[in-house]
Amino acid sequence: MIALSDYLIVAAILFSLSVAGIFLNRKNVILLLMCIELMLLAVNINFIAFSHFLGDTAGQVFVFFILTVAAAEAAIGLAILVVLFRSRQTINVADLDTLKG
Amino acid sequence: MEAILLTIVLAPLAGALIAGLLRNQVGKVGAHSVTILGVGISCVLSLYVLYLHAFQGAPVYNESVYIWMVSDGLRMEIGFLVDRLTAMMMAVVTFVSLMVHIYTIGYMAHEDGYERFFSYIALFTFSMLMLVMANNFLQLFFGWEAVGLVSYLLIGFYFKRETAIFANMKAFLVNRVGDFGFILGIAAVAMYFGTLDYAEAFAAAPQFADATITIWGDTEWSLMTVVCILLFIGAMGKSAQVPLHVWLPDSMEGPTPISALIHAATMVTAGIFMVARMSPLYELSETALTFVLVIGATTAFFMGLIGIVQNDIKRVVAYSTLSQLGYMIAALGASAYAAGLFHLMTHAFFKALLFLAAGSVIIGMHHDQDIRNMGGIRKYMPITHWTALLGSLALIGFPGFSGFFSKDAIIEAVHHSQIAGATYAHVLLVAGVFVTALYSFRMYFLVFHGDGPRHFEPHHEAHDEHGGAEAQEHHHVEDEPTPHESPWVVTLPLILLAIPSVVIGFLTVGPMVFGDYFDGVLFVAAEHNTLGAIEYHGVLGFMLHGVMALPFWLAIGGLATAWYVYTQKPEIARNLARRLDWAHFVLDRKYGFDEFNQAVFAGGSKLLGKFLWLVGDRAVIDGLAVNGSAHSVGKLAAIMRFVQTGMLYHYAMAIIVGLLVLLGWFVLRG
Amino acid sequence: MTADWPILSAVIWLPILGGALVLASGDKAPNVSRWLALIFAVLTFLVSLPLYSGFDPTTAQMQFVEKAPWIPLFDVYYYLGIDGISMPLILLTTFISILVIIAGWEVIQYKPSQYMAAFLMMEGVMVGVFAALDAMLFYVFWEAMLIPMFIIIGVWGGPNRVYATIKFFLYTFLGSVFMLVALIYMYFHSGSMEILAFHDLKLNLTEQILIFVAFLLAFAVKVPMWPVHTWLPDAHVEAPTGGSVILAAIMLKIGGYGFLRFSLPITPDASSELDWMIIGMSLIAVVYIGFVALVQQDMKKLIAYSSIAHMGFVTLGFFIAFIIMARNDVDSGAILGLQGGMVQMVSHGFISAAMFLCVGVLYDRLHSRQIDDYGGVVNVMPWFAAFMVFFAMANAGLPGTSGFVGEFMVILASFRADFWFAFLAATTLIVGAAYTLWMVKRVVYGEVGSDKVAALEDINKREAFVLTSLAVAVLVLGIWPAPLIEVMDVSIENLVRHIAITKL
Repeated sequence: MIALSDYLIVAAILFSLSVAGIFLNRKNVILLLMCIELMLLAVNINFIAFSHFLGDTAGQVFVFFILTVAAAEAAIGLAILVVLFRSRQTINVADLDTLKG
Repeated sequence: MEAILLTIVLAPLAGALIAGLLRNQVGKVGAHSVTILGVGISCVLSLYVLYLHAFQGAPVYNESVYIWMVSDGLRMEIGFLVDRLTAMMMAVVTFVSLMVHIYTIGYMAHEDGYERFFSYIALFTFSMLMLVMANNFLQLFFGWEAVGLVSYLLIGFYFKRETAIFANMKAFLVNRVGDFGFILGIAAVAMYFGTLDYAEAFAAAPQFADATITIWGDTEWSLMTVVCILLFIGAMGKSAQVPLHVWLPDSMEGPTPISALIHAATMVTAGIFMVARMSPLYELSETALTFVLVIGATTAFFMGLIGIVQNDIKRVVAYSTLSQLGYMIAALGASAYAAGLFHLMTHAFFKALLFLAAGSVIIGMHHDQDIRNMGGIRKYMPITHWTALLGSLALIGFPGFSGFFSKDAIIEAVHHSQIAGATYAHVLLVAGVFVTALYSFRMYFLVFHGDGPRHFEPHHEAHDEHGGAEAQEHHHVEDEPTPHESPWVVTLPLILLAIPSVVIGFLTVGPMVFGDYFDGVLFVAAEHNTLGAIEYHGVLGFMLHGVMALPFWLAIGGLATAWYVYTQKPEIARNLARRLDWAHFVLDRKYGFDEFNQAVFAGGSKLLGKFLWLVGDRAVIDGLAVNGSAHSVGKLAAIMRFVQTGMLYHYAMAIIVGLLVLLGWFVLRG
Repeated sequence: MTADWPILSAVIWLPILGGALVLASGDKAPNVSRWLALIFAVLTFLVSLPLYSGFDPTTAQMQFVEKAPWIPLFDVYYYLGIDGISMPLILLTTFISILVIIAGWEVIQYKPSQYMAAFLMMEGVMVGVFAALDAMLFYVFWEAMLIPMFIIIGVWGGPNRVYATIKFFLYTFLGSVFMLVALIYMYFHSGSMEILAFHDLKLNLTEQILIFVAFLLAFAVKVPMWPVHTWLPDAHVEAPTGGSVILAAIMLKIGGYGFLRFSLPITPDASSELDWMIIGMSLIAVVYIGFVALVQQDMKKLIAYSSIAHMGFVTLGFFIAFIIMARNDVDSGAILGLQGGMVQMVSHGFISAAMFLCVGVLYDRLHSRQIDDYGGVVNVMPWFAAFMVFFAMANAGLPGTSGFVGEFMVILASFRADFWFAFLAATTLIVGAAYTLWMVKRVVYGEVGSDKVAALEDINKREAFVLTSLAVAVLVLGIWPAPLIEVMDVSIENLVRHIAITKL
């Protein structure tokens, strides 16, 4: 029997991976986006696991919302990326430092 | 009565306003006609009022015209108090002023700003009348400052000249120092007596005779002493007593008629008048009387000394005014108010006469004012010469002349005074008689005697740098080889002033000083009644007594010395000046008052101002507090900007770290 | 009768409406907007006159009251009314506004309609400040007043205008935020936003002191009191003439008015507790600022500093009341001081306006405010010189002009508090005369200073009209101040009775 903790561990590992991806990756914005998606997925796993074990379907409903939002976010993110690439000719994260004080 | 008094006050004001504001419409003739008309009406009515009070026994008039305001139960009104003192002052002021107005037609005939000048002197008359006719402290202060204002305008009449506009500012500021004390005195009166009205204040004053106040620490001051000294500081400013006398000699920068008006009838007499008016207050404080006496005597003697070394004809007369004012103030200090006022009146006539005569000489000399350049003028200007001689004799107190009676009365009164400082004052005043005679007749002999002018510019455009202070203002008239007598508008006032200068003392000394003229007006405490201590048995007896007393022989001695030194042996004067060069230096520098004030007060204020501005405002408040806080915000931001790297992963890490910290805190807190 | 008409609303909104119309008229036809502005200013003044004629000086009650719900949720009302303290200040505002419009007539060539509109709107808002009886309404007007002034200095100002406007704005804004906190605090306590309700609100000493300090920050900056005065010289120097006039003549008075309407009646115990501080600041303002004014080279700065010194008399007059009331041996004088402060405010409104207009006349011709650039102006501009000397004398407090009345009353009153207060206050007689006359000496008198000065032309009819109206006002108030005292007498008396009762 797979216990709740196992699901949670998987989700935590996924989440940590994505966090590590965000700060260790200094190159590619697409990777950043993917890491964010991964984070959301890790959260989704938690939702479903809790939903299943606690017998409350609200968690699974929530997951659908999150997936929809994630899809929209990915679409917008990619669109921004395309525009960014057109104007800057790069998607290298280290070059995108206009906010530097 | 109210209509008459209002007319007296407002007629000169109306003249001044018409001549001043409509100067382009009325022109020169209009300006002098309208102001002379105004002052003339005022003079005639004033003489009528004097007649009513002196001979008809008119009751004291004390009514208010309108309520200026009422605040916190303190009524402040504009009103008139006319008693015998006021009536005398009104008559003197308007008469001398009228003479000056007429004289000015001749003196200023070729000047720019003719209308302006008439407007100012009429305004001056108005201000002085407001001052003397006031029945309360507020209006007194109004007149007090108003004469200051007009003197400011008049001394700076030649506004192009740097010395003139310096002198007028100096005059106003020095007067303001006096007014500073005066307003505090008024505040004290208002606080303790609860009123600004003379009659009420005088009625309330005796209750406070023994009152004390604390000003600094625990020292108790007599209230009346504080009040009287504060008020007297005002009088020191207006009546030019040491050390606030410095403005008066500089006021010679104005045209000569103005000097006559300021020095004789208006402005400088205000202080004397005020103290006499306040006699019910001053009698309550012996300390204040001593202060008054000492200041007056000091001024009388030491300012007279300066007169001996002056070479500008107007300045000699100016220092003589200072010295004579000292006599009047000393009389007040000795509680001989009547004698002080009497001297004020006689002095008004003969000093106006001397100034106008000096002005006439200046016209004759084509605006050269240096007495070393003059000489022998008696041949060319006989009327001026005779009137000036009469004025000088009156000034030195020659028996029979008006000055004799007033000065002798003062010296006798001080002699009988018992208050502290009376001996000091008496010695100085007696010595002052010699000095007065010396400088008066030094001037007289240098100007009128001798073979002829030592230096004379036939041209009217005599641009003599050191002498002709007014020279630059005058227009060219045809050349003349010698001085000649001035026109009738100039000599007529001289003659009209010479008559009272000679006879007024003889006629009025009995009733005014020793009689009952001032009964009920002046208040003298029994123990201070110095005039009563003088034995008076008629005018002739007084003269006889005077001729046998020391002051008369000192006057004759001064006259003789002047005659010997300045007509017979001029080298004595030069030798003395060389031998006593330190004394000459001190006197020539006027004891250094001007330099001291300039360096310490003027310079000090400027330095202090610079310091407060640059250090206080600029550096501390603006620099540290205001811009300082702006800068520290900027500095903080400059540090904070390094946090803002622009790298996404830094921000992400910050978010995560923050999350961990928050979670950790949450978990550990339980 | 007139008393039933919403006169106060008319006086507030008429100029604002006029401002909007002038703004809409645009810069195509500048004369149209000028005349329109003048018509509205005059109309407003005429409408404000019934406030005087219909005023009942025998009661301390608020008059011409208008009350309507505004934000019912927070008990905020559109609540207007005046008493003897605010009425003279409202008339001062409407009077000075006309002169400012006329003074800017041909002088302002750059966007004249916007300039005129800004002044009209500011007029309405300032009247609103004086008339508001609801704290929220007061606060809104108080802050709204900054906007037109900010624009006036920022757009029509001198070269360093940006620094000056920001300094002005931040200074005044900083103060007013604390005031807002105090107002909200009192709202939570009393459940009402009415100022009059605040007057009767019981507060303990700590609360009072905190509220007092909050108000002090707001009002002291406006007055301005030493040491928060440094915005004023900068703002004045950079502001156009009209801006300086409004700033000196009316805006500063709002600070003084605030003390009378808020600080004294709401926190009487704190005022009494901290009176030494205010009196100290006032006396420093009188003496210290007097010396600072002495060394200024810029005419406007000099007059700005002299304004600070004169306003020192206002705050001195307000706060010596507590010392006088605390003394056992003096039975009156508190009213004298407060009335003196009020008279000084009105009089300073006329005199400082006139002084700034005089400098404006010179600046319009020579484009310099430096004293050294002038000299001997009297030779070419005799009428102007006469006005300048007259107003300088009024500034120096010559009796017979309005400048004397307030100073005299405050000196008389402060003598009752302490000899040394009066002593220090009276030094203004000397120092005030020194800086004013020294400036006059260097600017007006002397030989013609330069060719530029020689080419100056005397004042024209427009300028003469403006200066004459002010001269008449200064003289009338100086020769007969009784009417002004009468309208405020009962209100001030009531205020003194109110502050004499402790709230603890």
